[in-house]
Amino acid sequence: MPRWTMIEALNNALALELEHDRRVLIFGEDVGKNGGVFRVTEGLQNRFGEERVFDTPLAESAIIGTAIGIAVYGLRPIAEIQFAGFSLLAFNQIVSQAAHMRSRSGGLYTVPLVIRAVFGGNVRSHEMHSDNIEGLFMHTPGIKIVIPSNPYDAKGLLHAAIADPDPVLLLEHMRLYRSFRQEVPAEYYTVPIGKAVVVHEGSDVTVIAYGAMVAVALEAAKQLESSDEASVEVVELRTIAPMDEQTIADSVNKTGRAVVVHEAARTGGVGAEIVAVINQHCLYALLKPVERVTSPDTPFPIPTVEDLLIPTPGRVVNAIRRTLEA
Amino acid sequence: MPFPLTETMHQVMTPEGKIIGEVPLLSAEQLIKLYRWMVLGRAFSDRMVALQRQGRMGTFSALNGQEATSVGLAAPLQQKDWLAGSYREILSYLVKGVPMQAIMKLYRGYVSDDYSAEAHCLPIQIVLATQLPHMVGIAMALKYDRQPQVAVGVCGDGATSEGDFNEALNFAGVFKAPVVFVVQNNGWAISVPRSKQTAAQYIAHRGPAFGMPGYLVDGNDLFAVYKVVCDCVERARAGEGPALIEAITYRLGAHTTADDPKRYRPASDLTEWGKRDPILRFRAFLFDQHILSEKDNDVLHEEVTTEIEQAINRLEALPPQDCAQVYDLVYSELTPQLKAQRAQIMRELGRE
Repeated sequence: MPRWTMIEALNNALALELEHDRRVLIFGEDVGKNGGVFRVTEGLQNRFGEERVFDTPLAESAIIGTAIGIAVYGLRPIAEIQFAGFSLLAFNQIVSQAAHMRSRSGGLYTVPLVIRAVFGGNVRSHEMHSDNIEGLFMHTPGIKIVIPSNPYDAKGLLHAAIADPDPVLLLEHMRLYRSFRQEVPAEYYTVPIGKAVVVHEGSDVTVIAYGAMVAVALEAAKQLESSDEASVEVVELRTIAPMDEQTIADSVNKTGRAVVVHEAARTGGVGAEIVAVINQHCLYALLKPVERVTSPDTPFPIPTVEDLLIPTPGRVVNAIRRTLEA
Repeated sequence: MPFPLTETMHQVMTPEGKIIGEVPLLSAEQLIKLYRWMVLGRAFSDRMVALQRQGRMGTFSALNGQEATSVGLAAPLQQKDWLAGSYREILSYLVKGVPMQAIMKLYRGYVSDDYSAEAHCLPIQIVLATQLPHMVGIAMALKYDRQPQVAVGVCGDGATSEGDFNEALNFAGVFKAPVVFVVQNNGWAISVPRSKQTAAQYIAHRGPAFGMPGYLVDGNDLFAVYKVVCDCVERARAGEGPALIEAITYRLGAHTTADDPKRYRPASDLTEWGKRDPILRFRAFLFDQHILSEKDNDVLHEEVTTEIEQAINRLEALPPQDCAQVYDLVYSELTPQLKAQRAQIMRELGRE
């Protein structure tokens, strides 16, 4: 089995889709000849032609707006927004149009659209390039949001997103793009949208994370387990919306303690929703208040301070310890 | 060769009813049909406003004065051509085949689930100019699929200040998409006059700026609108790319039933534009050509009134909107969250 980075896995998924379904079109800024600024679409235009893989003018709202039209017509557009922070230029098209077309048309039209966008910190990128925007879109009925943590899931979730009849926002973390390789089947497979997964079993405390924070949570678990302090279960969401409440609830009801970790700012974020889920389903099993480890309620941490302010294994360890205090 | 900045206003019939251009080749029957749509549009609009005043309809945007543009832009389209407009284009939607019931249900606050797939119209747009990139996308898809249809995107003069208007035109030009943009320049964006939307003399000049022809047309002249739209649509159908049409018309009514135009525009405007009423102008032609008699006209008005009243009766006989339906329309399948929320409200409403 090939060992691929997330970029290579995504590229493979896109190539498979283009090969097997003529309805699939890929477009965005620099995705054509350049193969994307991170090379996710490398070689695709060359192989499948300019009609299938093409560059657009630099206008995020029109990229998503035209993608909506293409999807309503019945094709399967995959629109790339070069950096998720720039997706706000297309906020109206995503929120009030793509996500609401099914409702507004009384179910007549659907928008089988995949929006791919990169984001994420700890890579010293310039402002607006790292912004975590999933919380903004989570509050939008009608859209699904997936954030993979590894090459295998990235490919499987992308296939699932393309097969999904509703709009899906696939957020790809910049730091995970090339940070490690993993065995990835070269064939088509899907990873289900809406399903979280227990990536590490434990019994004392549950850490809930997604994206690049999964590795941070796993590192914290490793530290506490090697010192015999605690047995830590790590739940990876994979899908932010619709959230897999069952997997979260099952784990927290088992452990009685929970720490929520995300790279985005805290207030009104994904973590707040997770805490509400725990409150609803696990209140009487809880032994301690749920901890949140997040970035601060500031604009996304600038390069010189991001390693300090984005959650680290050490901060997750501290939070877990607080849930373990007598 | 770049497209010229036109200053020629296409006109076939002067406000006085004098023919100064080429009348489109339409049979007497077709002409009556177009006239009937115009009459129906105004009667529908007036009735909707009256119903709103009686508390039987939600906020409504009257279309009075814009019947020639509304009908003239939709009538040349084939059934499988696509159309998207805003809340001021409902007459175009009716002409294109959207059932009156679908429009009425929307304004009465129902789920608007009576759009027919055959009409090929997107839901009436609320956020200005947002529908235009959708039409460019549909046009790009039609081109990719080698289909002979075109897409038509309509907006008002106010919407031309939006980013989406300009982005849509730019994409259409770059991808040479078979799309035609029609701007219903009715002079007002609620209280803001056209002169405050752009310092440019004409919106049509935006066409050449984006690599497509821009046309100016007398929007109260049905023949002129029909002719220019026909030309642009057939040009797009032939693979020659997009076009922009600025139809100069006038909003005789308020922006919506929640607006009072006496606050911001002089009464003399109405007197002036009343003389250019598109329905009176077309009717004068039909009378003059003996295509329509006074008696025919009376019968036609009665028929239209009956059609609208019947639609209202059907609407008001509908059962109340089922609140469970709104949960079912968000995704192709209910998410676990929506399933739980739906079940809970059903329990609370005693409807398990």
